[in-house]
Formats: sequence, structure tokens, C-alpha cells
Amino acid sequence: MDAILIQLLNGLDKGAAYALIALGLTLVFGTLGIVNFAHGALFMLGAFCAVSFQQLLTISVKVVDPSITFFTAYKTQPYLEIWFGDVGLMMIDYAVPLSILMAIPVMLIIGLMIERGLIRHFYKRSHAEQILVTFGLAIVIQEVIRHFFGANPMPTPAPDIVSSSAQVGAWLGLSENLVYPWWRLIYLAFSALVIVSVFAFLQLTTFGMIVRAGMFDRQMVGFLGINVQRKFTIVFAIATVVAGLAGVMYAPILPPDYHMGMDFLVLSFVVVVVGGMGSLGGAVAAGFLLGIVQSFASMTVVNELIPGIDQVIIYLVAVIILLTRPRGLMGRQGVMED
Amino acid sequence: MGDVVFTKKGEKVMSKHSKEQATISRRNLLKASAALATAPLFFTKGAYAKDFINNPGKSPTVTLGFNVPQTGAYADEGADELRAFKLAVKHLNGEGDGGLMNTMKPMNLTGNGILGKKVVYVTGDTQTKSDAARASAKRMIEKDGVIMFSGGSSSGVAIAVQSLAQEAGVIFMAGLTHSNDTTGKDKRRYGFRHFFNAKMTGSALGPVLKEEMGVNRNAYHLTSDYTWGWTQEASIKETTEDLGWKTTATVRTPVGAGDFSQFITPILNSGADTLILNHYGKDMINSLTQSVQFGLRDKVVNGKQFEIIVPLYSRLMAQGAGKNLQGILGTTNWDWQLQDAGSKAFVKSFGTEYGFPPSMAAHTCYVQTLLYANACENAATFYPPEVIKQLEGFKFDGMGNGKTEYRAEDHQCFKDVLVVRGKQNPSSQFDLLDIVKEVPRAQVEYDASIFGGHLGPYKV
Amino acid sequence: MHIKQKRSDLLVMSLFTIIVLSMPVWLDPVGANYPDLLQKFVIFGIFAIGYNILFGLTGYLSFGHAIFLGVGSYAAVWSFKLLSMNAVPAVIFATLLAGVVAALVGYVSLRRSGIYFSILTLAFAQMFYNLAYSVLTPITNGETGLQLSLDDPRVIDRLVSSAGEGLPVPELFGISMSGYSGFYFCAVMLIMAFFLSLKIFNSPFGLKLKAIKSNQHRMKYTGYNTRPYLLSAFIISGMFAGLAGGLMAVTDPLAGAERMQWTASGEVVLMTILGGIGTLYGPLLGVGIIKYLENIFSAINEASLQSFFSFMPHWLNEMMVMLVSPFVGEGWQLTLGLMFMLIVIFLPGGITEGFQKIKTKLTTNQKIQQGDE
Repeated sequence: MDAILIQLLNGLDKGAAYALIALGLTLVFGTLGIVNFAHGALFMLGAFCAVSFQQLLTISVKVVDPSITFFTAYKTQPYLEIWFGDVGLMMIDYAVPLSILMAIPVMLIIGLMIERGLIRHFYKRSHAEQILVTFGLAIVIQEVIRHFFGANPMPTPAPDIVSSSAQVGAWLGLSENLVYPWWRLIYLAFSALVIVSVFAFLQLTTFGMIVRAGMFDRQMVGFLGINVQRKFTIVFAIATVVAGLAGVMYAPILPPDYHMGMDFLVLSFVVVVVGGMGSLGGAVAAGFLLGIVQSFASMTVVNELIPGIDQVIIYLVAVIILLTRPRGLMGRQGVMED
Repeated sequence: MGDVVFTKKGEKVMSKHSKEQATISRRNLLKASAALATAPLFFTKGAYAKDFINNPGKSPTVTLGFNVPQTGAYADEGADELRAFKLAVKHLNGEGDGGLMNTMKPMNLTGNGILGKKVVYVTGDTQTKSDAARASAKRMIEKDGVIMFSGGSSSGVAIAVQSLAQEAGVIFMAGLTHSNDTTGKDKRRYGFRHFFNAKMTGSALGPVLKEEMGVNRNAYHLTSDYTWGWTQEASIKETTEDLGWKTTATVRTPVGAGDFSQFITPILNSGADTLILNHYGKDMINSLTQSVQFGLRDKVVNGKQFEIIVPLYSRLMAQGAGKNLQGILGTTNWDWQLQDAGSKAFVKSFGTEYGFPPSMAAHTCYVQTLLYANACENAATFYPPEVIKQLEGFKFDGMGNGKTEYRAEDHQCFKDVLVVRGKQNPSSQFDLLDIVKEVPRAQVEYDASIFGGHLGPYKV
Repeated sequence: MHIKQKRSDLLVMSLFTIIVLSMPVWLDPVGANYPDLLQKFVIFGIFAIGYNILFGLTGYLSFGHAIFLGVGSYAAVWSFKLLSMNAVPAVIFATLLAGVVAALVGYVSLRRSGIYFSILTLAFAQMFYNLAYSVLTPITNGETGLQLSLDDPRVIDRLVSSAGEGLPVPELFGISMSGYSGFYFCAVMLIMAFFLSLKIFNSPFGLKLKAIKSNQHRMKYTGYNTRPYLLSAFIISGMFAGLAGGLMAVTDPLAGAERMQWTASGEVVLMTILGGIGTLYGPLLGVGIIKYLENIFSAINEASLQSFFSFMPHWLNEMMVMLVSPFVGEGWQLTLGLMFMLIVIFLPGGITEGFQKIKTKLTTNQKIQQGDE
């Protein structure tokens, strides 16, 4: 019972992460009709916002170790600690959540630049060309990051107070073995918040209404005297920010390295397609579905029954869903079928 | 009128153009037939017994190939290997401070290249993929004419290029590879490994585990689902079960899984009090970070403090894992803080050149290059079968890790193995490992026949 | 008309044959004349030509073709291990088995179109890769890759001769398949594959595939059931990939799982688009460029750059090395990424379109001259 409960919680947690990563991708699909293979790279850039913000906060005085003479080995003492004492140390401790403040403007600017400079010219091009150009962009972004940060993962710990586990079982009066990391619970809540805000933005604001109208018939909206182009630029920037935030918050779980975006790219595409191209609700549902399925497939009992199932389950589920539901869980007819 | 003028002009241009084309194609044809005529010469290469492949002959230089991961997850290790190789070439050619050539015993190197020929080198990118690594190695052999190649940062790649080395008849001095198979069931006459292996890790770790954690523990393995992971799991399991530990479960995880949480949650309820992570590189950093977040290290099971063990790790990986690795036991091939004369000389030489200490990958690659060069000097020829015979059973000292021997039966180096622990209070940014014990060579030796395999012939 | 077509086919084929067989000559000046790279050029050429039959003609973007490349390699190595070191059965098995797997994958994936089809093939690619890398290790030897070993049965070879001391090499009735002879064997296969693809492009079947690309619905309205045509195209291109995979094993008897990863499929997509989708020789150009980058560019290091620019004064040399070195050696992927972007942005039809543009520019210039006079 405990085992099943914790696997369920784990599935929800994984699903929330998948949904959040896929959200921006499906937004760009649905509104702009762009297949963005650079989405993983944007996720990775977000994580590196956290890394560089942490490095910024820990700019240090170097106390050189005199016993080593051939090269400079040193101990660091951050300026923040010297200037502000404990307050400074606390700021460093909270580097990851604080870096959200930096990530939002940075990712917004990156998103605007990419849309204005590149994506704009590809609205009328074929999907294959979109894939190729964004794939090229992803490689370039990756290599630039590698040039500055190297290939080794960068440890980006969560604040001390939430770096261990919550006694979920004890709260519910169940086994005390049922614990779950605080940071993952925060991630769960955070992604729920972001997903709900994006939904609300599209459903409740005039801006969202115009964007949704543009998704159906861009030309008609244009005839009404509305500058759809500008709205689309903003949508792309929002998707970039969402991808970036997903990356920032994921940094403590997965120490970022330059290649992490590529590792998530296939997965996020599978989530988006299973959910139905361009459907936000679908992406969220598919994210949770795949997360839970993957979590349960990894249980030893299941693996003993069907060896190796945990390696292929996500793709197997994707194939089955696409064959039984032609447009994924919640896809609309006619989107991205040519 | 105008039309006529134009046509004439047009004709003129046209005829000139076609003439040019004609001459070009004729010239090319001549060149082509000449080259085709010489082509059969390639087939006969290597046909003579003593004239072996890529024989430097009368050339004033000899070319070595350094095949390292320059892209992909192990690019940083690859970059460090390359630095070590360049340093070794410098020292062989008599430049720089000579590094380990000052401490290596016995040694025939003079700082005048190898056999009087200046050493030059070519580089290639393995991408940590067998295919790419073999393509790159083939380029070195077929195009650049290397007499020996070295490097690499994974066992899959090492085994793949080692069998290529055997086919081509070019010696491969393996870089970082830890699987038992490299010098076990997949050993080759033309492949040599200085690095230690999973079996030796197990033997070295055993007594320390007994001392620190007792004989009554329940171990839970998370293992990378590929050959290296399996050999390490088997070796560690054998060691710990000999101590009296029970194995609660061995769970295989997909390589590059990223998020390991679904594999960690079952541990909480399993009754295990020890977690053994048979992961390497990025996988290890991720699974360890996440295990710590799940509170495993704070847990008390059956009245015992829960412990995590990472059997193999390096300083570069410790950097990526940050605080999470502090206090965790494991083994490593070599560390820059060793105090013997050889290690000190190498750290000094590398540190002065590049401004930071060498990694264990850099150390093994540097030593391999010197060992090969020295074997050529001993054999007084580059002829591979003779060089191989010099390397087989070669005993040396003064290169870190104490007295070392290249065992003839499987081309595995036997030397002291370091048991290390992630340092709690580092005194500098490079001071990440505490050396717990230098396990003497005698304790990690094993019978060469237990893994099977054939070395293959000297002459190919 | 018919005769004219035949004659131009003959011309194209003989030109192609000459160009392919003389590769060792004209690739020598750029440092690409060594057996392994030449083999890679022609083998990936076959792969790309086959891929172009599906993608170029029907517009169906598959991310799963590396599966068939991998299956072909495994089939060939198993043929070496169990039957004989002769290349012929290996190549036949590779092609056939790849065809069977392609039929299975194609049957399922082609029930959907557009991006859904692409993601289905992507899912299959990841599944096969994961299986080959770990779950099916007894068959594939996982990470290390499937290799020959001394105690393989090789039943047919054993009938003729006893086992030698070392590992045998693949051969074609006594001719070793490593080195240049391996290249020529693959080159002959490439020429045959090219001929087949030429025939398909000009056949009624090819025409129907093109019709599917331009408007599948209209095709359906006229009473054609498009799926059998699509499936045939899928299987044919899968068999080309299997042949390529088999040849990879023939020239180098080792089959690794990463051959099946989706990025390997992505590579052939990039090659095809880079050269020019739907053109006959465009994909071959793409193959040439990407393989050249991967093998030659990645091997350039600072020392070789310094000697390359050594004719310059010292300060200029230093500057050039500094400017160029981020793009070569370990930076070769950066060059690759930048090149994709530039080509797709400015030459959506690939390099062949670039040639076309230059050609029309030249002819229009002539016309303008004509007008002036």
C-alpha cells in the first residue's frame, strides 16, 4: 500500500515536471504552428540562469592555499558573506529561487530575440525546415554554453531548509517510510501555479482571446485590424519564459549540464503529441499520465513480470494512444496533419 | 544587324568555354588514371612481415594518435586527457621539465623522441560512441599513419577500438576504462590497460567497508543497465556477500535516465540500510543528488545509519556532485594529492603547464604514452609484436601507485588502489577527496583466467 | 520521348559511376582519401538515397530510419558469426530483415500522418535503441556492440576450412572487405542503389508518391488507396537503410546500439535537407558535407592550425588560430549547427537549390546582356 502510494506521488511529481516542460512547446505549436526543436535548449538555458545567478552571488575573495606552489589552489569566501554576514549567506543559500527574478527578464529577451530574428521567417515554411533550423539553433546554444561552463554538471543545490525530505507519511498517519523531498513538492506546486496562470492568461484576458482567435484563423483576425504578428511574438516569449522557469526550478534536482535540453527534447515531444498537438489541457493530462505510468513501470514487481518494460513504457504508451486516438488525448482536427 | 553581332560574340564565348572544359577534364583524366594505377599499392601494404603497418621507416618523425571524447558528456575528461598527452609528447621530445621521466624506473627514454624520432601527434573525437570512436581511430590509422593510439573515457569505446587495434595491427593504450571485460573476456593482444577495474575496486573496498560498516548489512544496488554497470555490480556484490552482507535487490536503471526518483522511492520501504550506486559520470551525479534529497543519508534503518557507496568516482565527478558526495566512500585510480615522488613530479609538471592539477584520466593517459615509448626503446624497434613483448610483464615504479606490473596474461596493470572519501571540509577548490587507504597491490590481484577471453596472435 | 529518357538515364548513370569510382582521386586534395571515410561516404549515400525515396517523394518525415540501419548491421554481424564471413549472405540478410522490421514499423506508423507520424517513428526509434542498448543485450551485446569472436560457429566456413588463429575478416570470395576493396564493393552497391532510385523517381509509382506529397486528399478522392504506396515506399527505404547497415558491418564487423538512436535518424534527415530534398543527388551532397565535417574538421587541433597558417606573420597567425579554433576540433558541432541554420534560412532547397540559383543567375545575366544589345 505504502509502496503504491509513494509511486503514485512520484508519478504525479514526474508528471508535473513533464507537463511544465511540454507546456511552452505545445503553446508554440498551437498558436504559431512552429515545431520548435530548440525548446529543450531553452529549458537548459533556464537551468543555466540558476547556475550563473549562483555564480554571481558567490563571487568571492580567494584565500590562496600557500602549501601548493605549482598552481593556485584557493578557498573561497563570497563577498556577500563578508559584506552582509549571515544575511549574505542566506542569499547564497536561496540562489535558485532568487534566480527566478533574473531568469524571467533574461528568458523574455532571449525569446523576443529568437522570434524576431529567426522564428518569424519560418511561419510559412514547412515543418521539416522549422525542425532543421531550430535543431541547428539548439546545437549552437548548447555549444556556446559548453564553451563557457564546460561539459561537467554544475551542482546547484536547493535552499538548505528544503533540501531534505518531508514526512508525508507521518502527516497522513501512514508509515513513516513515506517521505518525499521538499523541493520536489515545491516543484509540483510551482508547476501547477505556472500552468494555471498560463491557462488563465489565455482564457480570461482579451490578449488571450485574440491569440486563441489567431490560432483558428490568423487572416481573419488580421482583417479585423489587430496586429497578430506582435501578439505572436509575445506568445513565443512567454513560452520561452515558461521553458526557462521549468529549467530554473529543475536545477536542484538535476545538476545542469549543457546537454540536458537534448535529453528532455524527445520526451517533451512525446508528451505534446500524446496530449494532442497544440492542446494545453492535453499536454498536462499526457504529462501526468506518462509520469505515473513510468513510475509504476519501474517497480521491481512489474519489471520481474515484464523485463525491461521500464525502458520502453513511455514510448509504448505513446504508440498505443496515437493508434487508438488519432489526434492524441485532446487534439483538434486539422492541426499539424499535413 | 545587332542580332548577328551578338550571335558571333556568343559563339566566341561558347567555344572558348568548351575548350577550357575540355582541357580540364583531360588533365583530370590523366591524374585519375595515374592515381588508379597506384591504387593497388595500398593492398600490398602490410604484406611484408617486417614492414608493418604505418612503419615510420626513415621518416624523422613518429605519429601517435590521441582519440578522446571532445564532445558529449565526458568532454571535460577528454580535454584533460588531451592535455596530458600533449604534455607527454613534450617530455618525450625533451621539452619542459621531463615530468615522470625523472622518476620512472627502469627507463630507457632519453628525451630525444622515440628511437631518435621526434614525436608528433594527431587528435580525434570519440563522442563516447563506439562507431564514432572507431571511425576516428581508423582515420588515424589509415590517413595519419599513427603507430600507436590511446585515450577514451568509457569501456564500451575502449573495447570497440581495442578489437579494431587487433585487426589493424596497431597498438592501443587504453585510457579511462573500468569494466572487467576490457582485460577480461574482450582482451586483445594489441590492447593494454593501465587503469584499474571493477574487480579490483571490489577487492580494495571490501576491507574498508567491513571496518566502517560492519558485517551485517543489507545492500540495495542501483546499476546502470549496460556492461560496465553489470560487471561492477557483480564484483561489488561478490565482495560484500563475502563480508556477510545481504543483497536486498539489484535494480537496473536506463542509461541517461536523468530523473531517478522512481527507482529511489522503493528503497525507502525495502529494509535496506546501504545503497550502492553503480553509476558513472552524469548518471552518478544525478542519482546521488536525488538520493540525498530523498533523505536517505539521514535515515536510520534497523538501528544503523543508512549509507551510500559509490564504488568508482573521480575528482571531476566530485565537482559535479558538490556537497552530496562529502563523506561517501569509493575508489579511484590516482589522485593528485598522493605524496610519492612520481605523483608529485607529475602534479608539478602538469600544474605548472596548465594552472590546475591533473585528473585521474589525465594521469593514466600520460603514463600509458610514456610506457609505450619506453617499450619501443627497449625493443629497439617500432615493430608491434616486439613492442608488445616488451610491455607484457613489464615491471616499473615511480609513476604513482607504487610498484606496478603489466600482467602478460591479460594486459592489465596491477598497482595500489586508492580508497577515497568525499572530503568534508575542503581546503581548496581542488581538494575534494580524502585518501582513506592505499590498498596494496597484493590485495587486489586475481587469477587472470577467471574472466576467460583470448588475447589473439602477435602478428596480424 | 521514351528513347530520349533512356538515353539521358544512361548518361546520368555513366557519369555517376565515373564520379563514384574516382572518389579516391578527387577527394585526395581535401584530405578525405582514406578507406574508412570513403566507405562512410558511399554507405551513408545509400542510406540517404533510400531515405529520400520516402521523405523526398512522399514528404513523410521519419525519425526512425536508424532502426533499419541498426537492424541491418546486427543481421550482418550475426550472419558472419553463424554462417560465413562472406559478404553476400550478410548483405542479403541485412536487407531482408530490415525490410521485415520496416514493414512492421511502417504498418503501424503510417496509420497517422504529419507530425503524428514523425513522433510515432521517433517513439519506435527510442524503443528499439533502449532495447538494443540494454534489454536485448544477449542479441546485441549492448553498449559494447556486437563483435566477432573466435568461438563463433560459422558453419558454412567450417565446411571449407578450419578456424585460423586470429579473428577472420569479412571477405567477398577471397577478397578482404577492409580498405579500398571494401570501398569499391560499397561503391558498386551505391551505384546500383542510385540506379534503382532513378528508376523509382521516373516510374508511375514514383509519380504517385509525389502526388501523395502534393495533395493526399485529392489522391484519395480520385479513388487511390494511398496507404499501400506509402507502405511500399517505407519498406523500400527501410531496405536501403538495411543494406547500408549491412555494408557498415561488412567494412567493419561491429554493430553498436547508438547506430539506432533517434539522433542517428536525425542525421540522415539533416543530410537530405542539407543537400536538397527530393532531388536525386542532393542527399549525396549532404552526406559528403556532414561526414567530412565529422571526420576531418573534428580532428583539427591548435597545432595543425598553427602550421596551416604558418605562412603568415606571427601576430596574424596567432589571431587566425584564435578566430578559427572555436569552430574546429571540439567545436565542429558548432560549425554544423551554424551551417544548418544558414542553409535553411537562405537556401531552403538545400545546396542543390544554391547551384540552381547560381545557374539561373548566370543565364539571366546572359539574357540581360542580350537585352542590352
